[in-house]
Order: sequence, then structure tokens, then C-alpha cells
Amino acid sequence: MSLKNPFDPNVHLGCSCGHHSSQAEHDAALPGHDADDGSEEGLQRRVLHSAAMRALFPHDATRRKFIRAVGASTAFSAISSFIPFGALEAIAQTRGSLEKKDLKIGFIPITCASPLIMADPLGFYRNEGLSVTLNKTAGWALIRDKMLNKEHDASHFLSPMPVAITMGLGSVAQPMEVATIQNINGQAIVLANKHKDKRDPKQWKGFKFGIPFDYSIHNFLLRYYLAEHGVDPDTDVQLRVTPPPELVANLRAGNIDGFLGPDPFNQRAVYDEIGFIHILSKEIWDGHPCCAFGVTGAFVKENPNTFAALYRAVLKAAQMARDPKNRPLIAKVIAPPNYLNQPEPLLEQVLLGRFADGLGNVRNVPDRVDFDPFPWQSMAVWMLTQMKRWGYIKGEVNYKQIAEQVFLATDARKRMAELDIKAPATNMQKFKVMGREFDPAQPEKYLASFAIRKAA
Amino acid sequence: MKDTLRAAVLSLLFLFTIVGAWHLATLPKDTGASSAAADDEYAKLMGKGPGAKKSEGFPTPAQMGQAIVANLAQPFYDNGPNDKGIGIQLGHSLARVGAGYLIACLVAIPLGFLIGMSPLLYKALDPFIQVLKPISPLAWMPLALYTIKDSSVSGVFVIFICSVWPMLINTAYGVGAVRRDWLNVARTLEVKSVRRAFQVILPAAAPTILTGMRISIGIAWLVIVAAEMLVGGTGIGYFVWNEWNNLNLTNVLFAILMIGLVGMVLDFMFARLQKMVTYVE
Repeated sequence: MSLKNPFDPNVHLGCSCGHHSSQAEHDAALPGHDADDGSEEGLQRRVLHSAAMRALFPHDATRRKFIRAVGASTAFSAISSFIPFGALEAIAQTRGSLEKKDLKIGFIPITCASPLIMADPLGFYRNEGLSVTLNKTAGWALIRDKMLNKEHDASHFLSPMPVAITMGLGSVAQPMEVATIQNINGQAIVLANKHKDKRDPKQWKGFKFGIPFDYSIHNFLLRYYLAEHGVDPDTDVQLRVTPPPELVANLRAGNIDGFLGPDPFNQRAVYDEIGFIHILSKEIWDGHPCCAFGVTGAFVKENPNTFAALYRAVLKAAQMARDPKNRPLIAKVIAPPNYLNQPEPLLEQVLLGRFADGLGNVRNVPDRVDFDPFPWQSMAVWMLTQMKRWGYIKGEVNYKQIAEQVFLATDARKRMAELDIKAPATNMQKFKVMGREFDPAQPEKYLASFAIRKAA
Repeated sequence: MKDTLRAAVLSLLFLFTIVGAWHLATLPKDTGASSAAADDEYAKLMGKGPGAKKSEGFPTPAQMGQAIVANLAQPFYDNGPNDKGIGIQLGHSLARVGAGYLIACLVAIPLGFLIGMSPLLYKALDPFIQVLKPISPLAWMPLALYTIKDSSVSGVFVIFICSVWPMLINTAYGVGAVRRDWLNVARTLEVKSVRRAFQVILPAAAPTILTGMRISIGIAWLVIVAAEMLVGGTGIGYFVWNEWNNLNLTNVLFAILMIGLVGMVLDFMFARLQKMVTYVE
């Protein structure tokens, strides 16, 4: 818990009494007055107490001395006698109450969505007082429609989708917001086994590739990769939109030669001996965003407390998912038919990064997928440059304004700080895609540097 | 009676031949010792390690039997919104079909009556009906989702729009083809128009109307699978799609079998109804 007990004379950072291995244990050992029982109410109570104590004792040293002198319980009752904590708590409770408790969240059964899926079986939503129904959805177009129809309150998105929907590309314009990124990396280019000898993209002219959706990082990364190798994605190959679960079936049937798709379907193609992993997406852009957790602008305005609770649940899940130690457990809870409906050993290969590549090698890439939730606005700017590059957007683009509107980086930082999760200090950063540096401050210059692009 | 028995024996013979051929075709192929020499860890990651159970390719009849038993043993389990028993899934599908079909009946039969009684209306509406009739349910779906803004209502709408045409056409035809003599007799006896519609035309046109209804229920049942695969959530179509995700052909086959059986039962019910209203002139 991020907030320390203000009635504890020893509290400043960590457990300073030295008798307990952690602050949580220390708190547990303290009797009676400890307001923090780990629940949401406990947290609120603690916020209140802290505020009151800070007001009474502007200097922390004085507070500690006072409490040490009279004892924590005495201090609490003494102060309670002139500050009505009970009444204040009641007020805070009503202010913080959830506007909507029953939520429907849409997802596509892929490992990218691990944080928001695992939050259900592992109780992260329940702990925030939310009753969440996770709806498995058949494809990205339906994810979009069900969000526009308000059938879902929040959804798993491909990270470029909220940008596209906000701009009215391929849909009615409706403000969508990216609360967190779900995962970074975790995709791959998979080719059918018959192309084992064609590892050079220059040999791929005439290929048919599956991509999950037009407004997907997959589409942009594949186009980028092909173009860097001199293959024009619009004229030299065919890109077909195929819902993720159908990628493998289509690869088997020979309808496509390969795909840049999400896991577990890359690994599934290997597991079923249909294809092999040509490269992982992290080899194109290490740290690229893939899926996002998004809501409509209207939902945030109408349900600020519910949104905050949802935010906390997903961030906590992401934090847990980042630790490799937790990955086997995650593979276990998201494998059943209710969620991913995939064999557990397959998910372990994806999440732990020790996997068969379909060419007879065992590869070990621990960061094959990661769950960094921070929605860098520079990611959005990059997506916009690629949308413009391939003709999805025409004319002037206000990169910065759209990125700031859709990617809630500042909000995420605040929420992450509340949960003691380290967040970056800036909203934009430079990064490299296939060795080429991208400066979010100069998107037009970046765009102009590409030889292959759709003629404007 | 003797013929029925013969037919039954022949049916069984066909079944055994098919299952036998299936069994022979799916016998596990001996991959030889080469795989044993391969890297152990790689084999394990590919799901081929010692003791690993991985279904490969097309299921055998035995696996199919196990899947049927496993699925039918617990037809009504509910493990959350995306994992329900086959009974519940079929229930959802039947409810959607029922709703869409009922609305289609309420629209098609009165409208068919009107069209059938007026040759002018029949001719005027015919081009519309002919254009709308052959449209696939999947083509309606995006439009329905966009305008209705609710996926389950869209599913019902698609059932409605696909099952309304055969009923409409057959009702109109049946009503239009009632023998002139009977109508003339009714007119001579000065039967009022409402009574004429219910006591003369309806019984006379009933066999044709029922034929339309029987075709429609068949179409509705065909359509629901496609619609649910597209919309997802619940139903037998979703079940097929979900098992396709997992490339679990055994369960897909099981679902196909169930779809066939339910379709047969629905058709049988309407065949019975049809028999009840058929008359000999």
C-alpha cells in the first residue's frame, strides 16, 4: 500500500523499526488503530488520516515525536476527539462511490490482453468493487462497433484504433481514449513452412500476408519492415485483414503466405507445424506498443470514480504481469475456454519467452512480450506518421494535439504514482525503429525521409 | 413395414461404412524413430515430449465419441460469460431463432395474405421481394450493427430478414391460388370477408403457407450459425467459432452434429404440422 500509517511514529520510508521485513508486515503487527485493511475504504480512511495529521503537524519530525511520546492509540483517540474522522470518512465514501459497478469489457483472445483478462480470475476488478463481465469478441471491427454502440463500457483495443476512431477513420468519429497500453512487443512475422528458404524479404514479392486490422500496429510494422527491404506493401504484396484467431486456419489452408500477428497465434502456427517464426516484432521496434486498454471520452466524464477504479485494477494487473516470476501463473489463469482457450504450454512459451521457433531451434527471449502500461504520446505520433505515410490520413495532421487527446499519459502517470508504480517523467521520447531514429517533435521530417510511401 | 426395416438396416450399414472409412483414414501414422533423436526440449515445446497429449490433425472416431460423451455429460455447465455448456448455447440459439422467426411470421403471413388477395399489389411488390430475397445474412450484419446498435438485436434482425421471404412468397402464392369455385360458393352464400378469409382461404392455403414456414425455419437455423460466428457472445455459432480459435476440430465436428440434429428436429416438427393441415381435394 502506497500510503503509510500516519499514526506510526516510525513511518517515513519503508519499515524503519527494523523488526519487520516489509512495511506491510510492520503495519499488520501494529494493533487496533490501523486504518488500512487493504480495502478501498481502508485506503480512503488512510488518505483522510494522513491529511489531518499533515495539517496538525506540518513537520513530520514533530508528528513522530508526539506519537512516540503518547503512543499511537492515545494519539488517535485524542485527535479523533476534536476531528470527526467518522463523519469525514462517510463524506469521502460517498464522494468516492462508484457510479457504475457492473461493467462489460470486450476482448480478443490473445496474450496481448493478459492484464485485463487476468484481472478477472485473479480478482483485481472485484477488489475495486467492480463486477466485470469479460466478453470475448469475434474481431476488431466488432470491438469497434460494440464500443460505438456502448455495448461495452471499456475494451481491449489495438493501440492505433482509438486514434483512428477519434479521427473518424473507418468509423463514425467518436472520442476514444487510451488509458493504458496493454503490452509492448509480443508479435511476430510468421511464414508458412513452405517458405523456409525465403528468409530475405526481397523474395516476398507476390506474397499474401494476413494482418489483424487496418488500424493495427501489425499493419504499420509489417509495412515498415517490407518497405525498409525495398518491397512496396501496396503494390508488391497483398495485405489481407484477417481476425487473429483465423490467421492460423488461413495459413494452414494456404490462403496466406504469412502474417504479422499477435501471440499466441504465432506460436500456435509453430505448435501445429504450419509455419515458423521469421522474426519477432521486437526485432523491428523494441518496445513497440501493441494493444491498449481504452474507454470512450463520454464514459470517463460520466463515471470518473468507476474509471479510476478500473484504471487501478488494470495497472495493478499490468504490474503483476511485468514480473517474470508471475508469468506461469498468468498462463494458467488465462488458458481456460472462458478466456483464451489455448493449451497452457503454448501460453508459457509466449509469456516466458523460451520457445520453439519452428525451424528446429529453441530460442530464449525473456522480453518477447512485456506489459509496460505507460501510454507514451510519442507512440501515437509515430502511428500517425505511418497512417499518413500509407494514405490512411490525407492532408495536415496535428500530431501533438491528437496524441495528447487520445493517449492519457498524464493521467496514467498520476494513477501509477498513486500505486507506487514507477512512471516516466515525460510524455514523449525518441526511439528507434529498425535503426532509424524517430523524433516525435519532428514528425513531418521523419515522414519525408521514407523513399517508399503511398503517392500523395 | 418390411421396407422400413430394410431401409433401417441399410442406413446402419452406411453409418458403419462411413465410420470405418473415417477410422482407417485417421489411423495414427508412424513417424518413425527420427523424432526421438531430435532435441528433447524442442520436442517438448512442440508438444511432442514423452507423455504429451496433443491432438493432431483430424480426430479419430474414438476421439469424436469421447468428445460427444464429455460434452453431453454436462450440457448446462456455466464457467463464465465465454464458456458455457452445449445445452445453454443451443438454448441461446433457439431463443434467437424463435424470436426472429416469430416476428417474421407476424409480418409475412398477414402481408402475404394481402398480397395474395390483390394481384396488383403482388405485381408491384414482386421486384422488391426478388431483390431482397437472395441477400446473404452476412451481408445484412454490418448494416444491422450500424443502425440497430445492439449486437443481439442485430442477430434477431438477421434471422427475421432471412426467414421472412419464403413465408411471404408462399403465403401470397397459396392465397392467390385458392380455387375460384370455392370463393364463388362463399360469395353466393354471402359470407362476410373476415369469415371468408379465416374459414375458406386460410384452410385452403394452409398447406402452402406451412411449406413456406418449413423452408423458413430451415433457413433461420442455417443463418443463426453464421450470425453468431460473426457477433459472438453466446449460441452454437459462437461455440463453433470459439473452438475454431483453439483449432479443436473434434468439438467443431461435435457442434456440426448438434446443429444437424436440432435442424432435423425443427424440420420434423413442421413436417408434422404440415401433415395436419393437408387435405385431399
